[in-house]
Amino acid sequence: MKDQEIREMEWPYPIRWGKEKTVNVDVLILGGGIAGCWAAIAAAKNGRKVALVEKGATIRSGAGGSGCDHWESAASNPCSRITPEELIQAMIRDNFGYNNGVSHYIECREGYDRLLDLEKMGGKVRDIEDEFVGAEFRDEDTKFLFAYDYVNRFTLRVWGTTFKPALFKECKRLGVDICDRTMATRLLTEGGKQGTRVVGAVCVHGHTGEFIVFKAKATVLCMSRPTRVWLFSPGLPGISEFRPPQCTGDGHAMGWEAGVEFTMMEKSVKGEWSGPRSFPPYGTGNTHNTWYACSMVDVNGREIPWIDRDGNILKSVSDRYRPAPGQKFFLKGGGESEFPNYETRGPDILPVDELLERGYKLPFYADLPSMPELERKAIWGLMVGQEGKTKIPILGAYTKAGFDPNKDLLQSYGDGWKSGAFLPQERQLFGLPGGMVNDWELRTNLEGLYAAGDQLFASNCHGHAAATGYYAGRHASRYALEASSPEIKSSQVEAEKKRILSLIDRDFGMGWQELNAGITRIMQNYCGEVKSEELLTIGLKLLKDIAKEEASELRARNPHELVRCLEVLNIMTNAEIILHSCLARRASSKHLHFKRQDFPDIDPPEWHKFVTVRHKNGDVVVGERALDYYGSLEDNYLAHNQDYLQRE
Amino acid sequence: MRAKKVTVFPEPALFNPLTFDAEICNGCNMCIDVCQVDILYPSPEEGKPPVVLYPGECWYGGCCVAICPRPGAIELRVPLANRVHWKLKNLKQDTKTG
Repeated sequence: MKDQEIREMEWPYPIRWGKEKTVNVDVLILGGGIAGCWAAIAAAKNGRKVALVEKGATIRSGAGGSGCDHWESAASNPCSRITPEELIQAMIRDNFGYNNGVSHYIECREGYDRLLDLEKMGGKVRDIEDEFVGAEFRDEDTKFLFAYDYVNRFTLRVWGTTFKPALFKECKRLGVDICDRTMATRLLTEGGKQGTRVVGAVCVHGHTGEFIVFKAKATVLCMSRPTRVWLFSPGLPGISEFRPPQCTGDGHAMGWEAGVEFTMMEKSVKGEWSGPRSFPPYGTGNTHNTWYACSMVDVNGREIPWIDRDGNILKSVSDRYRPAPGQKFFLKGGGESEFPNYETRGPDILPVDELLERGYKLPFYADLPSMPELERKAIWGLMVGQEGKTKIPILGAYTKAGFDPNKDLLQSYGDGWKSGAFLPQERQLFGLPGGMVNDWELRTNLEGLYAAGDQLFASNCHGHAAATGYYAGRHASRYALEASSPEIKSSQVEAEKKRILSLIDRDFGMGWQELNAGITRIMQNYCGEVKSEELLTIGLKLLKDIAKEEASELRARNPHELVRCLEVLNIMTNAEIILHSCLARRASSKHLHFKRQDFPDIDPPEWHKFVTVRHKNGDVVVGERALDYYGSLEDNYLAHNQDYLQRE
Repeated sequence: MRAKKVTVFPEPALFNPLTFDAEICNGCNMCIDVCQVDILYPSPEEGKPPVVLYPGECWYGGCCVAICPRPGAIELRVPLANRVHWKLKNLKQDTKTG
């Protein structure tokens, strides 16, 4: 091994600055992660002409592109002992109503259908090699493996490293036009006006710089939530980042410019993962999520007690996977929610503070060797190995360095699953954050524009992205069948091309990293844990100032840097959406992690509602919706999906 | 100004996320095609390992290593500050990192 010797090289791809091609499709999917692939598959199966635009590489793109170890909320699987209705109501209650009833109900009803689809495409969803025969979490008839609540069996353990290549292959088989290394930068609207029907998008190629203008009858936004809004360290490693660093809220930013309505964007939580502060997600000893319900010990080998919702100490490992006496079912367990509802609160270890008071000595360790063999294999090897990006940097790297799950204790570094401590102003959009408001077709407030996955408000998880992606693709394709041909306003295209070309027409200027760091400083200072009218207003002014001054000096030297520059401009737009949303909610809220110094009352009843924001002709329009704006979940679902229920 | 010919320099890495073994790598570039952050670029010399043009942007997803048809050609390095410690059960000393 030696350092790479290349010191200078020609750009390895043809440069096509300013060149343009136009593509006509029925349905345009923007974002090729989990939701985007499923949307493309649904639309293509319905016979529409589909293009899928992805900034990275569709075969592995997205936060779930490298893997997924558990498929949540599959309440319609044959082993589940709870109904989708019971599960969705618990999920709504657990978040004090601040949840997306529509999208999570779709997840609860259709998530299992997508899992069966995946299996047909070549994804592995059952223990077909009989590695776990006899395990308490295995159903011997179906060979499904379950996680968390072994009695009620609505979350499945899966081999998700097989999923994304299978989806990619299926998209190709169905004739989807996959446009990789292509960044969508602007939604095109009828007449070039804000708030009108969406009729396509301008995109730029990240290797050649060429423009691609898509005309589409319907468009589905499937991009992730923004990262790097409060936390960004140029040059520091992305190993601790939960979502890929190129998830910069491109869809949110384009939607805002087009006039899309957002909600819950005022919600941010203290940082959980980032840069040098923390360790690789799922790479440290803990009891949460992928590691549920691992035994823990203190430094002297003293076993850390597990308790049920009533504080009763659980005697066996098996008890950690069962509801408490008198409890019907539990949601995940292991401190999943920061404010768990008693009714569905799952088992957990005693809080760290209490453990320290009781004399348990740091550091704590995950005690895999003491776990029953099949539970140990399910955590280390199956879930650590299949989840997110655990396969190579954790399972692979630790094994190579000598870690033996049968003998070694893996150290824990923080409270719960977090492995680092962050300052209150170091925030992230995590755990059901804000996004686009949707109706029962997963349409946004704009005609022709649909949203799925993390593009939606209060979204999370692989199964949610899959279920909502397929659903949005299905409804978008139905709309596209009857919609008129899209008309593009050429002046809108030209204005966007001019904006982009200005970034490469400079001889000198600021790099994208400096601007990104500058935005995060504004957000930490003026949109930190404690917010007020004064702070937020200063934050908005400073953002406007750098948009006018520094951002106009942003410079890209090649197509890769061009994409990075455009991303940071999108981060700036997301920061603006967040600041406006924080100004609009004039009350503090526990579940939204939202503290207003000038409105300190927590959750006053008149503010128990969704506050919405949208951009209109340079102004921000603030609105509101009832927390149950979506009406009866089952009735509305049935009313909007008869074709699916009858055909599929 | 808008140059037709673009020259690039691999950015110096504060942390080297990936190392290639030129003896094993045959320059097939399959790793380039699966990198969603787009940090890898083909070498100017055919048959040589790709150039890690933007090491600071790596997400450490490991898909490049997973798809590599020649085991050992790519190694993903966990940065020192992010390495986790473990120890043999029942032994207080002997803490190791990986």
